[in-house]
Amino acid sequence: MAKMSAKTLTLPVESRVDRWLEVTLRFARERSLGAAGAMIVLLMIFAALAADLIAPYDPLRTDYRAMLQAPSSRHWFGTDSFGRDVLSRLIYGSRTALWVGFSSSFLGATLGAVIGVVSAYFGGKIDLIVQRLMDLLLSFPLIVLALVVVAILGTGTTNVILAITIPMIPRCALVIRSSALSLRHMPFVDAARALGFGHRRIIFRHMLPNVMAPYLVMLTAFLGQAILLEASLSFLGLGVTEPTPAWGLMLRGAAVEFAERAPWMAIYPGIAISLSVFAFNLFGDSLRDALDPKLRI
Amino acid sequence: MWRYILKRLLLMIPTLLGVAILIFLMLRVAPGDIVEMKYAGTGTYAPKEALDRERAQLGLDKPLWHQFVSWMWGIVRLDFGTSMWTGRPVTHEIAIRLELSLQLALMATIVAIFLSIPLGTVAALKQDTWVDYCVRVFSIAGLAVPSFWLGILIILGFLIIFRWLPPLTFTSFWVDPKANLAQLIWPALAVGYRYSAVATRMTRSAVLEVLREDYIRTAHAKGLWEKVILVRHALKNAMLPVITVIGLEFAFLVGGLVVTEQVFNLNGIGKLFVESIAQRDYIMVQTLVLLISFVFIFVNFLVDLINACLDPRIRYQ
Repeated sequence: MAKMSAKTLTLPVESRVDRWLEVTLRFARERSLGAAGAMIVLLMIFAALAADLIAPYDPLRTDYRAMLQAPSSRHWFGTDSFGRDVLSRLIYGSRTALWVGFSSSFLGATLGAVIGVVSAYFGGKIDLIVQRLMDLLLSFPLIVLALVVVAILGTGTTNVILAITIPMIPRCALVIRSSALSLRHMPFVDAARALGFGHRRIIFRHMLPNVMAPYLVMLTAFLGQAILLEASLSFLGLGVTEPTPAWGLMLRGAAVEFAERAPWMAIYPGIAISLSVFAFNLFGDSLRDALDPKLRI
Repeated sequence: MWRYILKRLLLMIPTLLGVAILIFLMLRVAPGDIVEMKYAGTGTYAPKEALDRERAQLGLDKPLWHQFVSWMWGIVRLDFGTSMWTGRPVTHEIAIRLELSLQLALMATIVAIFLSIPLGTVAALKQDTWVDYCVRVFSIAGLAVPSFWLGILIILGFLIIFRWLPPLTFTSFWVDPKANLAQLIWPALAVGYRYSAVATRMTRSAVLEVLREDYIRTAHAKGLWEKVILVRHALKNAMLPVITVIGLEFAFLVGGLVVTEQVFNLNGIGKLFVESIAQRDYIMVQTLVLLISFVFIFVNFLVDLINACLDPRIRYQ
């Protein structure tokens, strides 16, 4: 008896940290593929944060005596046509990839979520107009819209982030709107309205927290796509610009030109892109299955 | 059926008009214009009058609505304007590149279909075995590997192993089919693999779903051959979502074409698009976006049409 009461007493004071730990452990146990993806992602984040410490060379330093060197103990992944260390550029490149990936998917998913919830909440004419606009944006293939935005704003990291954000907004808005529609007539929303809360408070405090699951799913699903899109844009010369180390940029021009003499220049950046997108997709898929199995995106 | 087709075709008009307005407005608010780019490229100093004269010649000095109306009026007369960069008619620039890109798109789609439907079906039939596992990894990898890198790897493989490169100049299929295929099959593979990834996953889940249906059990109970059950009963019903996904993933195809044409140095629509974006050739960009969106919307229309043919329930909605 005493034992039981002690147990029930400890329950309410269980800290949030424990709860998070438990959820994380369960995720790792039940979805090992997703956890493997998460591990690779964490490694990437570590590489990006600690780039200054772990990169053997300065990624921008050119060394004309060490051009196109094959992988060796001095340059593990070889050097490029400017004599820059490929491994260091890869490590610093993860900064670009993660920065562009995270900020554009965060912006895209968040703006999309707000638009989706607002559209579902007000309904009627506003909903109709917003939906038509989103449909219109959806009638451009993803990369076409991104390229058009680049045509307008020009190249460079910030513009690339915007170019990836804009095509993602309607895709997220569509999904979030459909989950928000079912929320609109929930008793707690009616109660909030009856209490006389303003639209803004109801939307941000009552409705948005309840579309967290599809929001997180969309956010993680976008991450891999955003990294891939950034790499494609940079590869086309319409993304991140030299000398910023970026994986897509490393595959541009010289990598193909010197492919025969220096295949390492073309191979490693591609592996980095594929591996990171693969990891984000694995993690995203498992998160979707765990959070919202019905959602098909 | 005819009414359904007519309704869908008419609905395309406002969408395309919306696309046209959106793309036009987006490009006109862009800072920096082609005239400045042109002079910056030559490196010579240009007096303001010269810039203004050039702008007037391109019609950029007129008010926005005037530019838009004249563009639209041109389209009605099938006159899409002249490229701001080369000065040749946009339709001419597109026409000389269209055959290559269309053929590449078609071949990539065929590659995708021939990869995804058998693989997805086998994976579903052997669910949770190593076959299923391999197919799933293969398709998830397809989503992660950028098609331009796959293209680079293909070129690299040829160079190092065979010391051979796919031909660089485009020969029409009708002139020399062998040379044509030798050039285009490799980019088609690079694009098609990526394109197939989503469709494989879709085929797998659709077949899995259908196999659990009652009528499949009935077919088994009747003692039908496995092959007949699979092809006539299961696959036929699983095709609907697969066709839908192949149509929806048309965007993948466009993205694939844009980057792969760059890798294989193919002078197609994708390359033209990238070049005109880099040069801010507004007229070319807006025409190409309109063309791509039109094809995109039309493909979706075709997909709905095929679905309506296969499934009478859709028609009567």
